[in-house]
Amino acid sequence: MLRDITLGQYYKAESPIHRLDPRTKLAATFAYLISLFLFKNPFVYMIAGGVLVCVIIASRVPVRYMLKGMKSVIFILLFTMLMSLFFTKGTVIWSFWKLRITKEGLSQSAYTGLRITMLILGSNILTLTTTPTRLTNALERVMSPLKIFRVPAHEIAMMMSIALRFIPILLEETDRIMKAQLARGADFESGNLFKKVKSLIPVLIPLFVAAFRRANDLAMAMEARCYHGGKGRTQMKPLKYARRDAAAYCLLIMYMALMIVTGLTLKSTPKTEALPAVSTNMISVSSDTLR
Amino acid sequence: MAESGFRGLIADHLVYEYNKESSQRLRALDDVSFTIRQGEFVGLIGHTGSGKSTLVQMLNALMKPDSGTVYYDGRDVFEKDYDRKALRGKVGEVFQYPEHQLFADTVFEEVCFGPRNMGMDRKQTELSAYAAIKKVGLPDECFDQSPFDLSGGQRRRVAIASVLAMKPELLILDEPTAGLDPLGRLELLDMITELNRDSAMSVLLVSHSMEDVAAYASRILVLDKGRLIYDDTPAEVFAHYEELQKLGLAAPEMTYVMNGLKAAGMDVDTSALTPDEAEESILRALRLC
Amino acid sequence: MGIIKTNKLKYEYIRRDEDNNVEGITTALDGVSLDIKAGDFIAILGHNGSGKSTLARHINAILFPAEGTVVVDGMDTTDSSKLLDIRRTAGMVFQNPDNQIIGQLVEEDVAFGPENMGVPTEEIWQRVAESLEAVGMTAYREHSPNRLSGGQKQRVSIASVIAMHPKCMIMDEPTAMLDPGGRREVIEAAHKLNKTEGITVVLITHYMDEAAGADKVIVMDKGRIAMEGTPREVFSRVEELKSLRLDVPQSTELAWRLKKRGVDLPDGVLDRRELVEALIRVYKRNK
Repeated sequence: MLRDITLGQYYKAESPIHRLDPRTKLAATFAYLISLFLFKNPFVYMIAGGVLVCVIIASRVPVRYMLKGMKSVIFILLFTMLMSLFFTKGTVIWSFWKLRITKEGLSQSAYTGLRITMLILGSNILTLTTTPTRLTNALERVMSPLKIFRVPAHEIAMMMSIALRFIPILLEETDRIMKAQLARGADFESGNLFKKVKSLIPVLIPLFVAAFRRANDLAMAMEARCYHGGKGRTQMKPLKYARRDAAAYCLLIMYMALMIVTGLTLKSTPKTEALPAVSTNMISVSSDTLR
Repeated sequence: MAESGFRGLIADHLVYEYNKESSQRLRALDDVSFTIRQGEFVGLIGHTGSGKSTLVQMLNALMKPDSGTVYYDGRDVFEKDYDRKALRGKVGEVFQYPEHQLFADTVFEEVCFGPRNMGMDRKQTELSAYAAIKKVGLPDECFDQSPFDLSGGQRRRVAIASVLAMKPELLILDEPTAGLDPLGRLELLDMITELNRDSAMSVLLVSHSMEDVAAYASRILVLDKGRLIYDDTPAEVFAHYEELQKLGLAAPEMTYVMNGLKAAGMDVDTSALTPDEAEESILRALRLC
Repeated sequence: MGIIKTNKLKYEYIRRDEDNNVEGITTALDGVSLDIKAGDFIAILGHNGSGKSTLARHINAILFPAEGTVVVDGMDTTDSSKLLDIRRTAGMVFQNPDNQIIGQLVEEDVAFGPENMGVPTEEIWQRVAESLEAVGMTAYREHSPNRLSGGQKQRVSIASVIAMHPKCMIMDEPTAMLDPGGRREVIEAAHKLNKTEGITVVLITHYMDEAAGADKVIVMDKGRIAMEGTPREVFSRVEELKSLRLDVPQSTELAWRLKKRGVDLPDGVLDRRELVEALIRVYKRNK
């Protein structure tokens, strides 16, 4: 049901990964994503993949939850892999009609697939093991040095958490309004694009009115409970680094070092075309098909 | 099947489940069947989560049951080529807090939305909208006002008019009096009764208020955990007031008073549901002594 | 002197047209003088637009008087240096359960007030636990508010208010959007807090039956106090209540009607239990 969105994809479990400070997890995820783009070499990928498997096991999140997150991107993943498989120039090893598979294409496709898979699984671990509240909390703390540049870190974080709280409510409201207008004979499906957009007006106006009414009520409720910005505010669940976070940072540094050393010393495959080349290929292909 | 003799609505063994894929299946409707004949005034009661909203959305084909179906004037409304848009004109539905669905610049425009969608021509649309606004008792000055400038009670009337303008044969109202003050509530219920009496429009009134349902409906459906447990006249249904209490549903206040008096030996009519009926019955009982 | 005191309070809404010209003035409050004793349970009744919600918002310093004064626990609400103190002294529960819960978990919402007040972390945990216990919502502390029933959400809102350790709690039509079960839950929670914690409760409602358990009932009409007294005093004036567009409980109304037709019943019957008892007494006497 829609109401479940509130907690994001958070999977409740007791694990060392869950217990880590969200800032640590944020930093680790960021570093991991960068590490995937540093080198293109099977050994580097083996290390990255191995680490990922270890972390997934340590997180105690069932594999099917991990894979659920992959479902929505499977099409893009397959598309990109097929694109690199068929449209990378190089030594042809198999051809049929206009399709050619090159040796380079094969490895490019495998790399792209691995990279996207690990990218998504890596960031999934963060959202599966951290509640949105702790995540926004971490973002607020990470952004707080930017206060010197007048970045309203507290306000941004507060806005994010209010948005998270109200998105499911507004989604339900949308559903309710759409049904009410359907009951008055509205039609959201037939007609051309212009007609379809126009048919949404009876949904959008009440939705905006409702959102403003809620915002107004909420502001009053917050004020009534002494909200006056981030100044002098304490927290029920303040973020505190523990010893395990120090250990995690050490492991992270070791991982990054290992990746860099492996990437620089073991060069097994000759560098062929990097990702940008593939994407230009993709663009030209898609413009071809458009014509 | 073309025109069969039956006029009205038949709910036939409706079943619906939420969370179908997960292990926590939730049966919102469990084999619910009933009929609403043309011209009837039926009350539907059940507490939050009893499946009322789900049921009500099936009656005008906004939701499809997992099994079972709804017949309107003898035709299956979930059949492939059935005109469900036209059905929604015949089975008009006023949702909870309907004033939250208003969007047009003027009250008149707002009320014209439904009939126009139903394919009425301009003249028919405007005549029908005019009649509907009059029926709900809004003053003439309202026509060109923005619905957002009206009071809460008036906005609700506009929303009800916008459904009435489609000239429904059956009007479903989901908690139409929620949030209104007592006088507003009384006026609204009286208006609905009048529509039912004068234009032979059937009414299905969904309500938490046993007193309202008891005073206005001629038949009551009681839904509990997705099952239809009673379908009878108010007097018969509220005779089971102890069972209703166990389900977390109350009976009208007068039912408790009359049963309390009867238990103490007074010869009163326990089927009295309104203060009027109770008053006469008690006076009679006291004079007999 | 009482904990909440208003003196000839007046408030006006100025309606403006699109060009910001004054179209008219609505007087929402017109000379309201109140004196609420600490520890009392006060019910303020009135139909929609009688000014009762406007009055509530003055006590919590969300609205400020155009004329007259509002004093909460010795603090004048127009004294801006006392604003936060006033708001923590007089906590407020609003009508719409969805639009006043800020936290994503029940416990985080209850913590919101104390966090704003700068209460130290350990004490926040303690206050959250106590407040949830007081409204019987401890089992739901790690739940998302979206999955609670209306009555449960309102109990969370009550817990969120009492976590600020207020001296009084203003409830602005907290039951208007609830079903009968939810209404009962909320009113019971309010009475319990009033009795066990000694919190002054000001309950604003248009359901008369909710006022039956109050120490004092105030009926508002057109921005003025129309009636004032104990529930029994107020409930005995059925004709007046009806003319003020209030919903007289059916048992009270029936007692009043029977009395008019010569049955010897007491004044101001509050509920069906009292009515049945009184009628049985009459019946036995006749026999």
